[in-house]
Amino acid sequence: MTKHVNVPKVEKPVDLSRRTFLVATTAAGLSFGFANVPGVLDVSDAKAVANFEPSIWYAIGTDGIVTVNVGKADMGQHIASTMAQLVAEELGADWRDMRVNLVADGKYADPLLGAVITGGSWSTRMNFDAMSRAGAAGRATLIEAAAAALGVPAAELVARDSAVVHTKSNKSISFGKIVASGKASKAWTPDELKAIKLKTADQYTLVGHSVPQLDIPGKTNGTVKYGIDATVPGMLHGKPVTPPVRYGASVKSVDDSEAKKVPGFVKAVIIEDPTKTVTGWVVAVANTYFNAKKAAAALKITYDLGPNATASTESITAEGRRLIKDRSKALLFVKNGDSGAALGTAAKSIEAEYTTGINIHAPMEPMNALAYEQAGIWHVHTGNQFATRSGGITAGAAGVDPKNVVLHQYYLGGGFGRRLESDMIVPAVLASKAVGKPVKVIYSREDDMQFDFTRPLTVQNVKASLDAAGKVTAMEHDIASAWPTARWGIPAFLSPAVDMKGEKGALDGFTVNGSDHWYTIPNHTVRTYLNEVAQNATPSGQLRSVAPGWTFWAVESMIDELAHAAGQDPLAFRISLLDGAGANNGGAQRLKNTLIAAAGLAGYGTKVLPKGEGMGIACVSSQERGTASWTACVAHVAVGSDGTVTVKKLHVATDIGTEVHPDNVRAQVEGAALWGLSLAMYENGTMKNGAIEQTNFDSYTPLRHNQLVDVAVTVIANGEGASGVGEPAVTVVGPAIGNAIFNASKARVRSLPITAEAVKAAMKA
Amino acid sequence: MPVLTINGRKTSVDVTGDTPLLWAIRDSLQMTGTKFGCGAGLCGACTVHVNGEAVRSCQTMVSDVVGKNVTTIEGLSAKGDHPLQKAWIAEQVPQCGYCQSGQIMQAAGLLNKNPNPTKGDIIEAMTGNLCRCMTYSRIQRAIMRAASDLRASNDINRRGA
Repeated sequence: MTKHVNVPKVEKPVDLSRRTFLVATTAAGLSFGFANVPGVLDVSDAKAVANFEPSIWYAIGTDGIVTVNVGKADMGQHIASTMAQLVAEELGADWRDMRVNLVADGKYADPLLGAVITGGSWSTRMNFDAMSRAGAAGRATLIEAAAAALGVPAAELVARDSAVVHTKSNKSISFGKIVASGKASKAWTPDELKAIKLKTADQYTLVGHSVPQLDIPGKTNGTVKYGIDATVPGMLHGKPVTPPVRYGASVKSVDDSEAKKVPGFVKAVIIEDPTKTVTGWVVAVANTYFNAKKAAAALKITYDLGPNATASTESITAEGRRLIKDRSKALLFVKNGDSGAALGTAAKSIEAEYTTGINIHAPMEPMNALAYEQAGIWHVHTGNQFATRSGGITAGAAGVDPKNVVLHQYYLGGGFGRRLESDMIVPAVLASKAVGKPVKVIYSREDDMQFDFTRPLTVQNVKASLDAAGKVTAMEHDIASAWPTARWGIPAFLSPAVDMKGEKGALDGFTVNGSDHWYTIPNHTVRTYLNEVAQNATPSGQLRSVAPGWTFWAVESMIDELAHAAGQDPLAFRISLLDGAGANNGGAQRLKNTLIAAAGLAGYGTKVLPKGEGMGIACVSSQERGTASWTACVAHVAVGSDGTVTVKKLHVATDIGTEVHPDNVRAQVEGAALWGLSLAMYENGTMKNGAIEQTNFDSYTPLRHNQLVDVAVTVIANGEGASGVGEPAVTVVGPAIGNAIFNASKARVRSLPITAEAVKAAMKA
Repeated sequence: MPVLTINGRKTSVDVTGDTPLLWAIRDSLQMTGTKFGCGAGLCGACTVHVNGEAVRSCQTMVSDVVGKNVTTIEGLSAKGDHPLQKAWIAEQVPQCGYCQSGQIMQAAGLLNKNPNPTKGDIIEAMTGNLCRCMTYSRIQRAIMRAASDLRASNDINRRGA
């Protein structure tokens, strides 16, 4: 397996109980935060010293403005606004006084994950308590100071609208004034913090309300700054020249004689990347981006194409099939009962192969980074989802100790998992090092698409059996793909195989999550395989919703196939399997309820549809079992005799426990469902001769305005803990569409994306 | 040096005439509200107005716009309160927001030509503008809302006159 990088180990998640919550007044205002937070990486600790940012969750100024430091990448999910909302709720701040400050420093590591990382639809779930307690501690401290100032008992005071109010006497003092008095000061012990009584849902005034998102006005007038907008004096511009293969090439020679004729051309820098994140790159550096682009086009470069120059969609698929058939490299992810024995004695069994193609993130903001060294510190300006690792990659590329790196965070012009990677930083750092000046590197769209860390191509085989009564007795599920998380070089992110207890790092759980579904099947085996052809040729990444984007394609298609084989309605069949037995207790029932809600929303089973139309159903529990949101979808499609599929409507029901911001929940669920539609119908990445064939939005074609489909969303929030909304609806749409196509036309499709040719071929089958 | 009229102000830019307007605006004039998305006229993120008409600034050369009025997102309204900008906030349209300058400028170009767009008109005018967050339904609603607000204010102005 290719180990592209070697980064410092992530220590075990930080133990919250060992922190002291600090409330102290400073010249600038009142600060609240965790003191003595052990750094996740050395890079974090050092940045605390080098960085100019305050080491705190939020600060209140003497003007009463509350600035929340957000360590989460804001890529359109409005997570910064959400964090501010949680703080403001408990603090008693006026929403109009809230501001956010985007930070990447290790001090702002996720309190549960212990790293500065944004993904997995984890942020709201994992930060709800910490942000709420930070807000509440601030409120208590302000009330105590106000009690002294007003000469009344603290118990008679309330904090609201950025002031502490004594309702009996109608006296009040603003947060700003309390801060200005310098009297608010208290160090909170962990026990005191834990003992804070948080508000109950009926006391909320902000949580559960759709407050105006703080970042939106700046996104309507061009003032919000993304990484690509970063600039420093004396900055030069870099345009990558990428090799003819995705990974493994090296530069043999560079002839810059023509490039030298381009005005403003500075240098062609061959990128020798010690972290091996990028291979065979050259960066053309010039005084403007346009000149850098001209110079890049004028460079004549010869390459050694390396070992992956013959890799293709076909060769990767063939390797996946070989691994599954051979089975010798299998690692066990699920092993319940004896599926082999059960399959051998079954009344009826079905076997099918499901595949998903390569998918490209293609966020609208192409990858970019600005890097420079100043006073011994490497500064990187970019929008990034995984500062903990990117800091390590920066240090590795620059050849410096991680403590000499500072990352400056920006809004992300789309993340979707693409900006968990650090590749864009490497050419910026090395080009800057070579020319001795700040360099901002911007990928062309072609670079961005062809050198994406794509969603991996997957091959899955599922075998399942029914007894004479139509009950599922066994399921065997084999999954072969590249392993994105294994490539990251962080053992803590990998899981042991179920039969190899204690042996950590055996398998990449982020390629199999979802296959450990909530249906009660007595004999269930999931085997996973690292596809090394794919791993080497198409370094893959995490794409919005990650493994459930392919595992549920297989599981939910197969469950549907089983329902039809058993002669049962697919909805009733699923409900009977979601009985909540044993370890499935709790989740299965919630998932069942989303199915019922989605079915009701769609009029499933009650609407009479014209010939050639059908509804299909699916349900998913993205992402991990332990961090699931519960989502079901009914897709309504029409299928033409030529195999053309028209998706008429998507009905989505999702159980997310608690809604922090109802309007945002709906925006995220709709966006996610449309992503699912786009992946299922419109986005197809392919590899040939070791290169991704798609280069721009004419050949890789995400959903556009004229392909918009009405998405009806119903949200279930029964007061359980808040869970994520950015991803789950992505995964449910593909299988719902596939199952609808079957109901409309009797054509069973088993490959994503779905094509008219495949539907037509399946009609004949 | 070419002299451009951008948002009503004459500015000389230190670039050659074959430079795409996009890079002259972003790099020479440091106006970063106009975004680079594809460099090929396929996504609409770089949309600006030339003489009131929406064009792709990545496909428009500096020499093409000398003597013409260029409007960017920064110049669409003095205070960010164009009816489209207000509608974008009212509908809480943006997610990542990167494409939204282009979406708004494209929509403004549509309303300049057609103050009474149908949903079909909107889809036809906007299909060249990609939104990777898929905020399409809110964009379409916001354009409808802005068109309605514009018509209402025009009616009031006419009655006042």
